[in-house]
Order: sequence, then structure tokens, then C-alpha cells
Amino acid sequence: MEYSEKVMEHFMNPRNVGEIEAASGVGTVGNVQCGDIMRVFLKIEGDVVTDASFKTFGCGAAVATSSMATELVKGKTIAEVMQITNKAVMDALDGLPAVKAHCSVLAEEAVQAALWDYSQKSGVVIEGLKPPKEEHEHGHHHA
Amino acid sequence: MLYLDNAATTPLQHGVFEAMLPYLNENFFNPSSVYKPARQVRAAIDEARQIVADVLNAAPNEIFFTSGGTEADNWAIKGALEASKRGRHIVTTATEHHGILYVCKHMEKQGCEVTYLPVDREGFVNPQDLDAAIRPETALVSIMFANNEVGTIQPMEALSEITNRHGVPLHTDAVQAVGHIPIDVETLGVQMLALSAHKFGGPKGIGALYVKKGTPIFSLFQGGAQERNRRAGTENVAGIVGMGAAIDISAKEISCELPRVSALRDRLIREISEKIPHTVLNGPLGDKRLPGNVNFSFRFVEGEALLLHLDMQGCCASTGSACSSGALEPSHVLMSLGLGHELANGALRFSFGAGNTEADIEKLMQILCPAVQKLRALSPLYDDFLKQ
Repeated sequence: MEYSEKVMEHFMNPRNVGEIEAASGVGTVGNVQCGDIMRVFLKIEGDVVTDASFKTFGCGAAVATSSMATELVKGKTIAEVMQITNKAVMDALDGLPAVKAHCSVLAEEAVQAALWDYSQKSGVVIEGLKPPKEEHEHGHHHA
Repeated sequence: MLYLDNAATTPLQHGVFEAMLPYLNENFFNPSSVYKPARQVRAAIDEARQIVADVLNAAPNEIFFTSGGTEADNWAIKGALEASKRGRHIVTTATEHHGILYVCKHMEKQGCEVTYLPVDREGFVNPQDLDAAIRPETALVSIMFANNEVGTIQPMEALSEITNRHGVPLHTDAVQAVGHIPIDVETLGVQMLALSAHKFGGPKGIGALYVKKGTPIFSLFQGGAQERNRRAGTENVAGIVGMGAAIDISAKEISCELPRVSALRDRLIREISEKIPHTVLNGPLGDKRLPGNVNFSFRFVEGEALLLHLDMQGCCASTGSACSSGALEPSHVLMSLGLGHELANGALRFSFGAGNTEADIEKLMQILCPAVQKLRALSPLYDDFLKQ
């Protein structure tokens, strides 16, 4: 198992670490059973994500995908953020080892969970957005 | 580079490579051939066998060379099961190395029954549990001598007293112990014992199984008559010679190395406990722990991430946590000790060997402390903890 240089760069120097005070939306996904927990904070003004940050407990890939996902959503409209898939996060990191693909899924879900929280708090309806899963089961299919 | 993964493998001890070299070059002859040069190669194997036997206090005809610890473990279990007249039940522990555990899982699929003895918080088996688990149809008991992850040294003499009373053969996977703590198979009272050369400064690809005279065991391989008909296949001569040289050096140095390496272990345990808050030592303290083994869980931090930080700074350590092996399950050893997922996923193992000194501990602490701090700053679990 080998991480790309980009994954290692984002792991060693993660972008957007921390909390956003009075965030518009916060989403936490994953659990300790799986070994990864991601919490994404979004600041949304109008329909634009003006800031994004994260806190992650997890392996190198979990940290790197969180970092990259927050980079990708910043400055995008909500509709554009809805188009960002786990594959986009993976591609932006020059790929992930197969056993780590679930980390990118988790990053996508963390962003969507933060959008869901924003939607619940603000009453703004986001087309195509589904509520976060109650019991998170990422990763087990990849074993 | 800071190498703190001697439980994974060790570099060759001084002189081992030189001892092996002739058997890869000019002394290439097949030891089973009849002419004089081949007989000299045979003599080198016999000499190595004698050294291994002497170190373990066994007879040379009780030592069988294998391709390593995994083969020795596979052979002990499958060979003893097949030869047993008692039945198809195995007793082992929940914290065995995969070399035993997965063989037992495989044998379950073949219709055997397996009892996995639980361990306490420090990894010890309770001898009373063993006594209760043995049945008339128990073919074999297999209990590891010393745990590879948390260093727990089992009370083998108390355990063998029970198996011998029941008349059941006892195998022990002593791969982590041989060369590091004194081993006497007579005192231990075991019928079989597996060892692996590369864990004590010998080459990879060579190991041995001690089989006490009179212990029923079938062969794993059929073919040639090597190893007194017990292990077919042309001998790994250079490996055997290297193993003999390495165990010889280890045995001679053990009276110095055991206290020296134990002191390194104890100092690192003390430093981590004192300097890094929210850490948990896994495994016991003192002489019931392998001299080179240190295993800590760093709360709020995932093991692989910490390992990567150390790796980026040239420090080699190990983890049994979820992500490290590509498997998504945390270490079965740590879970069996009763750790929750978070602590099991946040565990790191440092293992000292002949090449390590006090200075290595200082170097490690200079890398480890900021790495833990950095990852905790990233961790939502640490946030939640601070807010409680």
C-alpha cells in the first residue's frame, strides 16, 4: 500500500483544520469501530460555501481526503458542491490505495452531512440532498 | 534512520552473513549426496542443529529445520492433529499470532473444534481456564510463549503442568522469545516449540520446530527423506548455518542483552507515561514482558496516522490498528485484552533490539511528542473530550 505524494502532502500539511465559529452547517460521519471520524464545518453565504474546515480522527487517507474535500468545496455554490463526488476527491489526490477508497466516500458524506445540517437549520431546501445515515457502515464492503 | 521494529524482523548479527556465504558459493553441494564435499555440507547442518539444540536444552534429533515460524506452527498443529488418537479438538488462546490463529480457523472448517482461551487485561491466560478446556478428545494445546504485539510472557510451566497431567501435547509459538529470553524446553515442559531465525539476527526463510522425542506428529510435506523423514525438501543450507550462528551469538550475549534491552523498554515506558498525557500501556510491566516490547495506545489518535508521521521522520515502528494492514478490523490481540475500538486503533508498538541505545529513546521522544500533539489538534474526539 503506497500513498501518492499528494496524499502525503495533504496529510503532513492539512488545509482548513479547525472549527468555524457559528458555522452554517456541521456534519460528523464515521465511528471509532471503523477507525475514522470526520467532522466538516461549512460557512454558507447566499448559496455559496465561503469557508470550510474539518477535524478528523483517522488514518493518513482520512486526513488527506478531509483536507482535499474542504479545499474543493470552498468558493463553490451549493449546487456545485452537490456535484463533488468521492471520486473527485480521490482524483484530486492522484488516487488512493484500494483499501482506502472508503475514506473518500466518508469525506463526501461529511460534506453532505454538513449541508444537511445547514438545510435543517436554515430551512433552505437543497435538491438531491439525502439525510445522513444513522448507523455508518462505510468501508466494510471493501474488505 | 531510527529502527524500532525488531519484533517484525532484525538485521543480521555480526558474522552471520560471513558464516552463510560459503554455502551460497563454493560449498553449494546437496547435503544428501554421498561424495566428500557434500558430506562437509551435511556436517555444517549437523553443527548448526547441535547449536540450536544446546541453546534450547534439547537433543539434536529433536530439532527440525523449516522455512520459518509459520511453517513450524502449521506443522505442529496439523501434524499433531493428524497423528492424534485422542480426537479433533484444539485448545489455543485468543491472542495467538496469525500463524497459529488462522491455522486453527482453517482446521475448524475441516471439522475440528477449537477452544480459544480468553486472556486478562495484560494478556495472560488463566491456567484454570486451560484445565477446564481440556477434554478427552483434545488432540493438542497451542499457547504462544510471548505475544508479538504486547509482549506478554505466558506462565508456560504452570500451563505445561496441566497439559502433561492430562497427557495432551503442548505446542508453543516461541518466535518472539527465542534469542531474547533464556529457554529450556525441559523446564518448560512443552512437547513442541516453534522458532524463527530472523527474529534474533538470523536470515529470513529459516526456522525450526522442536519436537520432543516420542511426540506423535505427521509430516506436512511428502517427498525426500530430509530431516530424518520428517520434513521433505533439500535443506536451506545457508539459512540453517546462519540460524546456528545467530542463535549462538544470541545465547552468548543474552546475559548482557536481556537486562540492557529491558532497561531501554522500561525507560521508554516511563518517558511516554510521564510526557504524553492520555496514553495507556498495553501488556504487563516487568519481567513478564518481552525485554524489547513497548506498546501504547495514544487516545484520540489513530495508529496509522501516527505511524506515518514517524515514518516521514525516519522512525520505523509498527501498529496492529485498523488501517495499517489494509484490513479494517482492529488488532485481535488488543481487542482480546478488552480495549475498545478507539484505544485499539490508536496503538503503536516499538520493539528494541541489539542495535538500539538510550540515544534512540531521546530521538524517538523528540519525534513522537509533537506528532501526537499535531494529530490531537486534528482530532474531533480530542475536541469532544476537552469540551466534556
